[in-house]
Amino acid sequence: MFNETIYLDNAASTRLDEEVLEAMKPYFFDAYAVATSEFGYSMGIDAKEGLERSRKVIASRLGAQAGEIVFTSGSTESSNMAIKGVLSALKGKKDDHLIVSRLEDFPVLNTAKKLDKQGYKVDFINVDGEGVLDLDMFSDAITSQTALVSIQQANQEIGTLQDLKAISDICHDKNVLLHTDATHSFTRVPLDVSKLPVDLVTMSAHTIHGPRGIGALYIREGTPIDKWMDGGFQESDRRAGVENIPAAVGFAKAVELVTPEENERLAAMRDRVIERAMADIPHVTLNGSATSRLPQNSNMTFHYVEGESITLHLDMMGFAVSTGSACFSRSLEASHVILGIGGDHERAHGSLRFSFGRFNTIEDSDAIIDALKDVVTNLRAISPLAEDN
Amino acid sequence: MTFPYTKEVLEHFRNPRNVGKMEDPDGKGLEGSAACGDMVAVYLKVNPDTLVIEDISFESYGCASNIATASVITELAKGKTLEEAKKITWKEAANALGGLPHVKAHCSVLAVEGLRSAIRDYEEKHGMVVEKEATTTEVVSKRLKHVMNPMAGLDIIRTELVLKVVVEEGNVRIVLDIPSTHQFAAAIKEDIVDKLESLWDVESVTVDFIS
Repeated sequence: MFNETIYLDNAASTRLDEEVLEAMKPYFFDAYAVATSEFGYSMGIDAKEGLERSRKVIASRLGAQAGEIVFTSGSTESSNMAIKGVLSALKGKKDDHLIVSRLEDFPVLNTAKKLDKQGYKVDFINVDGEGVLDLDMFSDAITSQTALVSIQQANQEIGTLQDLKAISDICHDKNVLLHTDATHSFTRVPLDVSKLPVDLVTMSAHTIHGPRGIGALYIREGTPIDKWMDGGFQESDRRAGVENIPAAVGFAKAVELVTPEENERLAAMRDRVIERAMADIPHVTLNGSATSRLPQNSNMTFHYVEGESITLHLDMMGFAVSTGSACFSRSLEASHVILGIGGDHERAHGSLRFSFGRFNTIEDSDAIIDALKDVVTNLRAISPLAEDN
Repeated sequence: MTFPYTKEVLEHFRNPRNVGKMEDPDGKGLEGSAACGDMVAVYLKVNPDTLVIEDISFESYGCASNIATASVITELAKGKTLEEAKKITWKEAANALGGLPHVKAHCSVLAVEGLRSAIRDYEEKHGMVVEKEATTTEVVSKRLKHVMNPMAGLDIIRTELVLKVVVEEGNVRIVLDIPSTHQFAAAIKEDIVDKLESLWDVESVTVDFIS
């Protein structure tokens, strides 16, 4: 049905692992009941056990207690719930002040923008040229009226890791709640909430070869948070709606399948693609940090050419990658991340993100650069910007 | 495979016709800007007796629509007289390509504008603009619609970046709603001067900022 593709857009979503599918199957065909209480019928109790076992797996990976994990429909819901839920619970107790970084992904960024319009006070903190949060500006922005801080652990486009230890220490000292979006970093980069004072963590399954439509929110015990979707009493009355048990089981399986060895393998592919691009193609800029970045992410700008033209050529050659170019996006807006690290539109337009996953090999890194060399050379040959180069 | 473009667009995108910079063109036009992400340059060789476009080439920094439209425009214009070529519309180019995605209209319009501005360049250089229109604030504003606001990807008139346009005895003064320290201040200023100083009765162009 489909042609073979070398898929390097794992940050957008990943191929499901067969083992995940196998783990999920019994909850579609055998224990397919809703989770009942321990006084319910057997099939419901079995389903409930599957759900709770999955909760434990995710909690233990994060250094949390099982009761602190709430399953959601994905990271968009988790981040909405964290921010809207906490601000709602603190209304009248603390002023409505929210702090986020400029590079947040849309669930946090657009939630913050909407709250800003609705009269909340929102500060968007700057980052440096590599995407690292300005800790001085951040620390100064916190006041006695600050209700919540939301800073991602790793960036979705350029892979930059934030110093979550320093950020959580500042929040802890100033007695402010901290939410972090770990959609791209969970299991790929260490995060232990028993050691770091982070209060809320957004997680997702489909970025680590789990199913779509399932995510989780870690909520530290005692954190004030209101339910933001009304309905039933599921998830200890914190999240309404019938539990997606097969997906939760798949999520837990996906977490178990990520190993430190795999993360090292991905980092090798990442380093290879950067190294080869820099060596073989002139006028390339690395976006993000050379040292502090997600193992599975690389992002570079190929100057004087436009990203959608590159990705279309690559697509015809059997490669899937994404670009921060406005022409590629649904909104026709250039990447706010590249602009946020001080890049101009030209830098965003020529940026490509290569994100690796379990089913890639180091040969894919070589293959994409071999293909890219020709594509970039050909597009530069017709570009009015490249004439002097 | 599933692509967002027609096979005609893909064909022109993969094998663009008449590409490259032309040495000593008789007329040239450059539309768009690097900052806004789309840019087209069109070069012409014109027979001075018949006013027929004998050779044409283009360069493009842009997406697939931009490249394909520029390519097809050069095919449509080649062999036509300047008057005929002026009348080529975006619609004709789009039809020749079997249609273009609606959201990509602005990328491909640039190619048509590039051709028209190359023709205008030829006419200005060869004294063919007979009735010289005096430069007024309206004329200036119309030209400023071709200067991009890199922050928005739209022109500086539409995005209300221009606070004031003053035309006094050949001296044009533009005031922009950004500080002189703004990251795009120099680039926009350069683009404005470039678009206005070729007007026949303009002696000086000044661009001021709000602070």
